[in-house]
Amino acid sequence: MREEILQRIRQNKPQLRPLPKIPDFAPLREDLVAHFKEVAQGAAIEVLEEEEGITTVVAQQYPEAKQIVAPAYPELQTVAITQESPLEVLQNIDLLVLEAEWGVAENAALWLSEVRMLRRVLPFITQHLILVLPQVQLLANMHQAYARINLTEQGFGLFVAGPSKTADIEQSLVIGAQGARSLTVVLT
Amino acid sequence: MSEHAKKAANFIADEPRTDWHDESLWFVRTKRDRAAASVPEWEQLRQLASDIKDNVLSNLDSYLEQFEAQARANGVQVHWAKDAHAHNEIVYTILERHQAQRMVKSKSMLTEECHLNPYLEERGITVIDTDLGERIIQLLEEPPSHIVMPAIHLKREEVGELFEEKLATEKGNNDPQYLTEAARQHLRSEFMQADAALTGVNFAIAETGGVVVCTNEGNADMGVHLAPVQIHSMGIEKIIPRAEHLGVFTRLLGRSATGQPITIFTAHHQRPRPGTEMHIILVDNGRSEHLGKKDFRNSLKCIRCGACMNTCPIYRRSGGHSYDNTVPGPIGSILSPNTDLEAHSDLPFASTLCGSCSDVCPVKIDIHEQLYKWRQKIVEVQGLPAAKQRALKMTGKILAKPKVYQNAGFLARNFLKVAPRFMVYNGLNEWGKSRELPEVPKQSFRKWYRRNRRS
Amino acid sequence: MKVALFVPCYIDQFYPQVGIATLELLEKLSCEVHFPQGQTCCGQPLANSGMEEDARPIYEHFVQTFAGFTHIVAPSGSCVYHVRHHYDLLGDESEALAVRSQTYDLVEFLTDVLQVDQLAAQFPHRVGLHQSCHGLRGLRLGSASELMEPSFSKVRYLLGMVEGLELVQLDRIDECCGFGGTFAINEPAISTKMGKDRAADHQRNGADFITSNDMSCLMHLEGVIRRQKQPLQVIHLAEILNGVVR
Repeated sequence: MREEILQRIRQNKPQLRPLPKIPDFAPLREDLVAHFKEVAQGAAIEVLEEEEGITTVVAQQYPEAKQIVAPAYPELQTVAITQESPLEVLQNIDLLVLEAEWGVAENAALWLSEVRMLRRVLPFITQHLILVLPQVQLLANMHQAYARINLTEQGFGLFVAGPSKTADIEQSLVIGAQGARSLTVVLT
Repeated sequence: MSEHAKKAANFIADEPRTDWHDESLWFVRTKRDRAAASVPEWEQLRQLASDIKDNVLSNLDSYLEQFEAQARANGVQVHWAKDAHAHNEIVYTILERHQAQRMVKSKSMLTEECHLNPYLEERGITVIDTDLGERIIQLLEEPPSHIVMPAIHLKREEVGELFEEKLATEKGNNDPQYLTEAARQHLRSEFMQADAALTGVNFAIAETGGVVVCTNEGNADMGVHLAPVQIHSMGIEKIIPRAEHLGVFTRLLGRSATGQPITIFTAHHQRPRPGTEMHIILVDNGRSEHLGKKDFRNSLKCIRCGACMNTCPIYRRSGGHSYDNTVPGPIGSILSPNTDLEAHSDLPFASTLCGSCSDVCPVKIDIHEQLYKWRQKIVEVQGLPAAKQRALKMTGKILAKPKVYQNAGFLARNFLKVAPRFMVYNGLNEWGKSRELPEVPKQSFRKWYRRNRRS
Repeated sequence: MKVALFVPCYIDQFYPQVGIATLELLEKLSCEVHFPQGQTCCGQPLANSGMEEDARPIYEHFVQTFAGFTHIVAPSGSCVYHVRHHYDLLGDESEALAVRSQTYDLVEFLTDVLQVDQLAAQFPHRVGLHQSCHGLRGLRLGSASELMEPSFSKVRYLLGMVEGLELVQLDRIDECCGFGGTFAINEPAISTKMGKDRAADHQRNGADFITSNDMSCLMHLEGVIRRQKQPLQVIHLAEILNGVVR
């Protein structure tokens, strides 16, 4: 089957066309933080600049959260997740706090690599998500992001650009479809 | 009347609903305009995307081989399917081997094209579509009417009634927030129970052997990261050469589709998670044949954003189901004749050739040009209905001979008696039912010219 | 300047005033206008129905009729687009290539060739501009709303020279009217609905007249307007530019 398909492609493909070079596009705006915040607002992302520390942010934003997973913040974490943690534990997570590697100003997308998310499903299955991002890790656009990300390094990587959402019923926007109901980004 | 015309007339019979449908989609188009306008290099990105895809199509065999080798090295099992049946069989074989009973599936136009759900259901597998819109139409037992917004044709009241019956929601509660929450609870329990998960693929990277899947709801990831078996089905044209090209495509896709700067989740699957299996099925199903058609191969560039549907003045007023094809709208009308020209020969005619689709397309597919060329092809292969063709052939003869044309025109100062054969060939009624005919002037331009200018 | 006038078949028969206005306007602008009597049609109705091959003799006839003229002008973006674009069927034959590249829509002939910058026209009315798709997206007489490019419109530029004319702002600036040639007959329900929606946009925004550089769109819109008994009239751009005061 494989050879049959490849053979037909070889017969039918047009003459080789060159691969274009992607130019360095200038940032849409110079002030990346302001741009990021503005786009984030449009995607229902809460953006906070850490002044009082992540503990305060959690206490203020998610006072109800009990099952908290925060591998980088032992003082916050109430549940430790391992590769063996059963589904029952995963599905009861109220809040997940992770450190993002990169943020992209043009679309408020944040890059999470597999090592930092512990389990691939965590950023989706958690009820709420906090991502912590150092401001110096903010990039202007997706070209810059893909230039820095090495996809082959890990088994899985993810851009998150907001809480899970849908508009499948009459184009009416609903936040909190199948994944996290809210996303807070803490810029440090 | 063509099948599309009949279905469209049916849809339009409810004019307020047609207006609602038109406005809903136009709203998405305007969101797309705003999002595109925020990127000064938008047109340059479209050109880049188009050029990258040109390169892909011209080197598809090597990229596929490269992709396969990389994916295998990543521990992924790669399968090749020459057609829909082979694809479905591969999926079934994988499921059977794992004794899987329930499979969750995120949106995949390819599996719609292959009619995977009925194939698996006949073999005792329960398939749960997990995109909210897809779940709605699955419960309604309808096909999607749009590739990005599958349930765009439904009103909240209809979804409310459906959920009341299927998910035991409160009677009369049609609040989208409430209904979405009900679906969330229902689907979360499905994710937990699933034995396997299948997704479509937005981009497959030859260089890395990985696949990229974009969703807003996060349903594709909820599925594949929980189930012990992860399957990605992709058309062979989804290949892109390198990871850097994702920069171009992710900037275009979300903005073109819904006016978002990017889809909420852009997931990059490289290797299976420990202790589980990851499969990628490369599906041809007519694509390698399609690649050989010079005038039509460009449509293989499509990244399934749906922008041509949202902008199409016909689609907006006839609904996706009027196209009777997995992919409706302008792009569907140029893709479908590749697989079954006979069955879809009405679709290339379901257009005014206004060209909005080609201008909105993020990969610059010459959609309206292809519609025009398909028309030529269709007449060449199967002809038009005899009467129509006779009338048009006669018209052609008249128009190629000025004397005959002038006589026809002049003798018939009562031009309207000629015009129908001449221009509208199958009678005045289809025009005249809903529109007035032009008033017949005292004299033609030609006559005026002879009297007033010709010495 | 010597100019050959091409008057599309339906204008010849139904809208002679558009042909007359075009001719008079070109004469006012010091053109020596010829109307080759052997002309018939561009062949679009056949080609759009998928019968391009049957249209070939019409194409050849068109080329024969207009060969030798350096400027061929027609008051119809759609026909001009067809000649320029779809006559590629005739291949690289030099006469055909010349005719194709030298056939102009009236609008672009005025703005690009004659480079008109003033007109002695008055039209003290509220006017809605209907952008013909083939003029806009085919001949690129203006920026299409889908494209992210600097906004321009050759038609608007010309209308800006008309005294007293007030252009109304439409909700959808360049949506198709639903004519589409044989589409109007093949898909009557959609075609009519599109026409109704366009006419409603103009009426809602206070237009008294709808103008366009394409009479076929206007023929369709007029058919809808008259059936709906809407207080709107259609008028071809050439008539306005020629200074007809109504």
